[in-house]
Amino acid sequence: MTEWLIWLSWPLLLAGMFFFISGTLGVLRFPDVYSRLHAVTKADTLGLGLLAAGLALRSDGWQPALLMLLIWLLVMVSSATACQLLARHQREFDSDGGAETSASQKPEEQHDQR
Amino acid sequence: MINADLLFDLTLILLLLGLAVAAIHAPKLYTSIVMFIVFGLMLALTWARLGATDLALAEAGIGAGLIGVMLLSAMGRSPPEPASRSRPLQHIASLTLAVLVLLLLTRAAIPLLDASPLLPQQVAQELDNSGVSHPVTAVLLNFRAWDTLLELVVLLLALLGVRQLQPSTGPRPQAWPLLVAWSRVIAPLVVMVGGYLLWSGSHAPGGAFQAGVVLAAGVVTLRLSGLLPNIGWHQWPLRALVLVGVALFSLVAATSAWLGEGWLAYPREWSGGLILSIEIAATLSIAAALTLLVIGDTEELAA
Repeated sequence: MTEWLIWLSWPLLLAGMFFFISGTLGVLRFPDVYSRLHAVTKADTLGLGLLAAGLALRSDGWQPALLMLLIWLLVMVSSATACQLLARHQREFDSDGGAETSASQKPEEQHDQR
Repeated sequence: MINADLLFDLTLILLLLGLAVAAIHAPKLYTSIVMFIVFGLMLALTWARLGATDLALAEAGIGAGLIGVMLLSAMGRSPPEPASRSRPLQHIASLTLAVLVLLLLTRAAIPLLDASPLLPQQVAQELDNSGVSHPVTAVLLNFRAWDTLLELVVLLLALLGVRQLQPSTGPRPQAWPLLVAWSRVIAPLVVMVGGYLLWSGSHAPGGAFQAGVVLAAGVVTLRLSGLLPNIGWHQWPLRALVLVGVALFSLVAATSAWLGEGWLAYPREWSGGLILSIEIAATLSIAAALTLLVIGDTEELAA
């Protein structure tokens, strides 16, 4: 019974790792902030969900699985919010014509969401 | 064949060292701060890897989270940084100092490797008398409660020191609607998690500092999104909240010295309740003090 659940978890874990790695590659390789945000939030959220599903198949009971599901939901909501805030900051920065204090303008708002 | 644990630990060590160097030597202050925050998260992971969950929680909350916000807001207030000059003599001096400190620490740490530590056994023996079932909380609030009392005093002194400097900021920009909505969503979660951490401190990792940090982070978010009214030192409830931890702790210490067996030696049947009330007061004080440290009360000073 548990043996085949462990085998079933491998594809999920490997797919999760694949999405994390491709999200990281996207951050490193994509040209602008928007596409980088796209890569990091979408790919990482999916990767985390797959990892959580894979680990849930290996967990002892339903409580750890439920906990991981809740954590995944929280991360999903917070990364979506952080992505929107960062993108909006970048858009305002772009429409300002790029003031020199780009990094320091609204650091609190950006940081709070992580 | 290297096993997976060792590989993970070595990667973590290399990451820590790399991030530490990057935080100090990054060309821009902003990069340094981001590196410092990531360093704090990795350090929290290291503590968790060593089995010190309490420290991991505190490091992630205070070291990476709140100090990161403090550094970023300090950078927002400070004038643009001057171009950094390379001073080789200074680098050599600091490198020598670092090597000396490393040698001293290594000399202090090597005897610990093969000596069997006595303290965990002593704590385990006395745990039943402490009033709580989590050894870390027993040490922090019973066996070595004096240290924790002084930590609270240090936090209070830091807050007073920052108040003397009276940092000034302009008016805060209008918060975006998404941030406001998000703050509304997470505020109840913050209260729940903070309360859980405080409550679980008696039997599992958690406690006053961790709960205080979570509450402070929630208050800071609400304040930044403009959902809370201006918080300032001039409000006496806030001052009372900042002081209540140290005040209750000192009161317990003085009472136990006067009526009981000695300074901070709790009567056995009372110790559970006393520890819980001190933890609650300390959580409120830590949350209030950290909130004031991060967002300050500059608007009323500027007015």
